Amino acid sequence: MPVPGQGVWFVRMVLAVLASTVLLAACGGAPGPEDRTLTLYNAQHEALGRLWVDEFTRQTGIPVQIRDGGDFELGNQLVAEGAASPADVFLTENSPAMSLVSGANLFAPVDGATRAQVPPQYSSTRGDWVGIAARTTVVVYNPALLPEGQLPDSILDFARPEWQGRVAFPPGGADFQAIVSAVNALNGDAATQQWLAGLKANGRVYQSNTATMQAVNRGEVPAGIIYHYYWYQDRAEAGANSANTELKFYTNGDAGGFLSVSGGGVLASSSRPAEAQQLLAFLAGVPGQQVLARSENLEYTVGAGVPANPALKPFSELRPPPVDLSTLNGPKIVGMMQQAGLL
Amino acid sequence: MTAAAPLRVVVASLAALLALVPVGYVVVSVVVVGPAAAIDLVWRPRVGELLVNTTVLVLATSSACIVLGTATAWITERTDLPGAPVWGALFAAPLAIPAFVNSYAWVSVLPGADGFVGALVVTTMSYFPFVHLPVAAVLRGSDRDHEDVARALGLSPRAAAVRVVLPALRPAIVGGALLVGLHLLAEFGALALLRYPTFTTAIYDQFQSTFAGPAAAMLASVLVVLCLVLLTADVALAGRARQARVGAGAARRRARTSLGAARAPALVAVGLLVAAALGVPLVSVARWMITGSSTTIDPAALAIATATSIGLGLVAAAVTTALTLPVAWLAIRRPGRFSRLVERTTHLGNALPGIVVALALVIVAIRVVPGLYQTTPLLITAYAILFMPLALVNLRAALLRVPPELEEAAHGLGSRPGAVLARVTVPLLARGAGAGAALVFLAVSTELTATLLLAPTGTATLATEFWGPAAAVSYGAAAPYALTMIVISVPAAFLLTRQVHAGAGP
Repeated sequence: MPVPGQGVWFVRMVLAVLASTVLLAACGGAPGPEDRTLTLYNAQHEALGRLWVDEFTRQTGIPVQIRDGGDFELGNQLVAEGAASPADVFLTENSPAMSLVSGANLFAPVDGATRAQVPPQYSSTRGDWVGIAARTTVVVYNPALLPEGQLPDSILDFARPEWQGRVAFPPGGADFQAIVSAVNALNGDAATQQWLAGLKANGRVYQSNTATMQAVNRGEVPAGIIYHYYWYQDRAEAGANSANTELKFYTNGDAGGFLSVSGGGVLASSSRPAEAQQLLAFLAGVPGQQVLARSENLEYTVGAGVPANPALKPFSELRPPPVDLSTLNGPKIVGMMQQAGLL
Repeated sequence: MTAAAPLRVVVASLAALLALVPVGYVVVSVVVVGPAAAIDLVWRPRVGELLVNTTVLVLATSSACIVLGTATAWITERTDLPGAPVWGALFAAPLAIPAFVNSYAWVSVLPGADGFVGALVVTTMSYFPFVHLPVAAVLRGSDRDHEDVARALGLSPRAAAVRVVLPALRPAIVGGALLVGLHLLAEFGALALLRYPTFTTAIYDQFQSTFAGPAAAMLASVLVVLCLVLLTADVALAGRARQARVGAGAARRRARTSLGAARAPALVAVGLLVAAALGVPLVSVARWMITGSSTTIDPAALAIATATSIGLGLVAAAVTTALTLPVAWLAIRRPGRFSRLVERTTHLGNALPGIVVALALVIVAIRVVPGLYQTTPLLITAYAILFMPLALVNLRAALLRVPPELEEAAHGLGSRPGAVLARVTVPLLARGAGAGAALVFLAVSTELTATLLLAPTGTATLATEFWGPAAAVSYGAAAPYALTMIVISVPAAFLLTRQVHAGAGP
């Protein structure tokens, strides 16, 4: 039976916990006006974001606090926040999330000097974000199941019946949707719809680039469509998910060689626009690109002529097909993928 | 006891209103899209596929969990299985392992473990404790005089079990199965990895597409309907028989059923189950620690993330329990249309994916209470919306077993309603509340999406620190966080088994 007073104690404890939560929150309150701390919404890989910010703070003395998340989480969050967003700078893994925020008119124009650091094909045509890194589409294959000579000359051929059950791909992510839009930009609507229908019939669906690569490595499926750096990272780690695989680069202008760009932009609502532009200039310029080249991230550098990590196939040998990034991943692509039953 | 207890009604209504925020977000999105576009987005073959996948998985996994959870509860509570208490604790322990870690582990051990069969195996291994725990609690706490009377009146042991024991277990089984179902509706990480698309994985896919916000909201609206179906089924199945009694019953020790020749096979079976539910994930995490070249433990970062996860889990558990207590009280003590509406409403948040709940709170909070945006109180609110049913199911079951006559007597002796609640009801509920709070703690310590969007900037929890490296293939770097997540969950899982051992009665 209850001891008298025990319940009162419980209620008091709950009240005390509630009160201390509110107090804690109040203590961690808003920064003062002289505080120069930037808020970075970072959808790039956490480790890379941290390396960049540490070097930036070391060079400029401007502190940066980081909110990590995925492209789609942070992109949708910025749109939901609108003009009230606490973010100053946004970095992504793929350009479509930049287009999402750009389409909601939430970015400020990028400083001219920063834009001049990056070749124009890797930045927004509206001038409101710039490329900060790039990844190329590749086909990962298992040579024990599929000799290199039997790989098709175009990723469009994976839609043919002879590839039934023999090709893996991750249609759910922003990564693959960017590849579909490249196919669409290069080959037109009819070919794209046909390709998607073929992939739906033939392909094995995986959740991510890594899962696709693992499946090929295990021999579950002989080939898969992914981005290059997941493979290089795994090789640098222990090779547990890639030891039985090789990469095929498409340098013949096929959509299989599509180059996807990671972007950076300054929010129009930023309360510290000067410092925010300074951070973006750092990322796209020599110091930031050198941090990327030296990191274990293994994406390609795009800015200020800084060469990529020497472990990678040289950037100049990639010869990606020309694709206008601002047309990527429009509602049309999503509609086509929905029609094909992939989304 | 006729007092209106207005404070309780207010708090319960507040809990229901909070749960309606994400539903409101979904409804408004549907309205904005317009009926024609909404029908186009919902009425397509892909949605049919998802509907079949989701329904089949919910039915199959719930059934598997009911069978497995009831069997493990019976064998550990009612038979002479050697080491029964130890096995009982081990059957609660899978709750300490996040479903997505379990899923990673199974995929790395059994590469073919994907699609429906993989999803069924992994989710059953992760969720059967939701049925095991309440059923074991009832089996241990229930007064066996009922069975003895039934036997004395001429029923066979089997008939007594079917006509006396099973009805007493029904609320526990149905409540546990409801939790399994709600978890399955909202599960993302585990199913995504197993290549089994459901509404929730499809909603995440839609949010990854630039312009697919409306399509995601449409899928979420179907999910809300599915959740309502589950809740209705739960009401229909739970039954209304009175479970409480004033007397404590006889405290005699009972002989356990002898397994006889079945003892060896039974031991093998429970051993295999533990190996599947605990061995597979633990061995995999250990292997990542050893083989990954990226295994570097930063003790300071790990300590901060651990402290943050524990702190958030404790506060969220306390707040969620306090918020749901009045809801449970209304549902049991003041049954009626309003009470049922409030109680059912608080379940809705649990069936929606974290991304929907989090985005709804972003939109509402930044406009209505900008001062609270990305602060700990808002994050705790999100946890409460997501996990109220975990606390509620346990509180409701506990309250069902507290005789209202005790409260009425206290009231008759002159106590005010608040004092009755604090001095009579709450102490009698302490164990049920503890179990609910432990479940909330477990859920919070593995929550990812709402934490990413709503935590104060710079907050690192074990779950957020696990996902970053895991998504980047650095399993070695992710492993220490996965291991710590499991370790801090052990006390909560242990608390849940103590709840069983202490019995559910007064």
